[in-house]
Amino acid sequence: MLEQIAEQVPLFFGYYNVVFILQAAGRTLGMTFVGCSVGFVFGFLIAVLRQSSLPILFLPRLLGIAYVETFRRIPFLVILYIVLFVIEPLMPGTSLFGIATVSVCLLSTAFLSEIIRSGLESVPLPQIEGAKALNMTGLQSLFMVILPQSWKVILPPAAAFVVMFIKDTSLASQLGVIEMTFAGEMLVNRGFSPVLGFGAVLVCYFAMSWPLSRLAIRLEKRLEAS
Amino acid sequence: MKHLEIRGLFSSYGSTRVLRDVSLDADKGEVVSLIGPSGSGKSTLLRVLIGLTPPTAGEVTIAGEKVDYRNRRSVKAVRDRMSIVFQQYNLFQNMTVLRNVTVAPIKIKKRPRAEAEKNAMSLLKRVGMAEKKDAYPDELSGGQQQRVAIARALATNPDILLLDEVTSALDPERVNEVLDTIRALTSEGITMLIASHEMAFVREVSTRIAMMDEGRIVECGSPSRVFDSPTKERTRDFVSKILKH
Repeated sequence: MLEQIAEQVPLFFGYYNVVFILQAAGRTLGMTFVGCSVGFVFGFLIAVLRQSSLPILFLPRLLGIAYVETFRRIPFLVILYIVLFVIEPLMPGTSLFGIATVSVCLLSTAFLSEIIRSGLESVPLPQIEGAKALNMTGLQSLFMVILPQSWKVILPPAAAFVVMFIKDTSLASQLGVIEMTFAGEMLVNRGFSPVLGFGAVLVCYFAMSWPLSRLAIRLEKRLEAS
Repeated sequence: MKHLEIRGLFSSYGSTRVLRDVSLDADKGEVVSLIGPSGSGKSTLLRVLIGLTPPTAGEVTIAGEKVDYRNRRSVKAVRDRMSIVFQQYNLFQNMTVLRNVTVAPIKIKKRPRAEAEKNAMSLLKRVGMAEKKDAYPDELSGGQQQRVAIARALATNPDILLLDEVTSALDPERVNEVLDTIRALTSEGITMLIASHEMAFVREVSTRIAMMDEGRIVECGSPSRVFDSPTKERTRDFVSKILKH
């Protein structure tokens, strides 16, 4: 077996294979990055909506809660299929990558919203009353008092979520998106040793999530110091 | 015209009535202190006045203007001229001392930064906290935080100042530095409402004392009258118990 691997190494690391793997890694990273960015923005909006007590926002608030509570309970694979079967007939020709990315956005919005909400709620009530008594508006107290104090509660679970999500995007291979995992499988099907094919996959996932974890730890330390 | 007029104020927390028919007034520059056991409604009265707890009935008039606590603009106008200092200081943990004192003047009252900082520094000097201007609240002792909180409350130039048991959370040896700071303020023409358990202090600085119990004002009068010759049994009982030690 070792001989076979040694024999395949030069061929495996040929130009086309490397480009193929890097493209797949790019798709994995792209889905995660776009999904979590969009998820952060919408998750934040829903979290703020849930904090507000304005009567006119009652219905949006209810929808926000329903959304978060539903989508946190559906497996990612099921979301992928739902999105696929909704988008295909409505917008034929949408790429599989697009469909997978939309699914990632839907899921990460729900999870990140919950993470952000618990961060906002970690700020003690007296801080908010202090802001109110000084005549700050709800938004002023959110951006000047509450958010700056919630980062250190939001960041660790949010970073853990993103790192976990890099791995979970592998489920998009079930749809036929050629991301990291699917790429490894294809290389193995072409006759390369599984040790090489999935070894490359392993190294790529590690290379993507390790720096992110380190970055999160550094940010946490900086927040702690301030 | 009274500067602050409270008529028949009620407030409930769930089904518990925390304030029952409270009436009280204060002239401009007067120092009125609220005494009474914990849970008698002193803090709630102050919280209702600044719009943190809604009243269920009653009327509050400030400088002749009736306050509508269900109307945001009206509450804003109240907070514009009234400040509160909390028992737990409530300094913003994410801001330095200086920023805590300047944030409302700059962001809410839209004063130029340089002017607000100059004013803040002179306030911090007055409360003896100028050299700590770049410290964060969690680096300060309780007494120091409370003195910064007083500077923050004054930074918006209030003409009514509410002090909600500002020394109750402090170590005993830190109480005096805060009381000294407040004592220096009482001659500045700011109308003050002080909820406190510091009887000797309250007696010294107040123009009037209101004794509260179970959400009601039991008795109200000059310090010597309330402390030396209370007319109500409840006041006599409370005062004698407190002054015994």
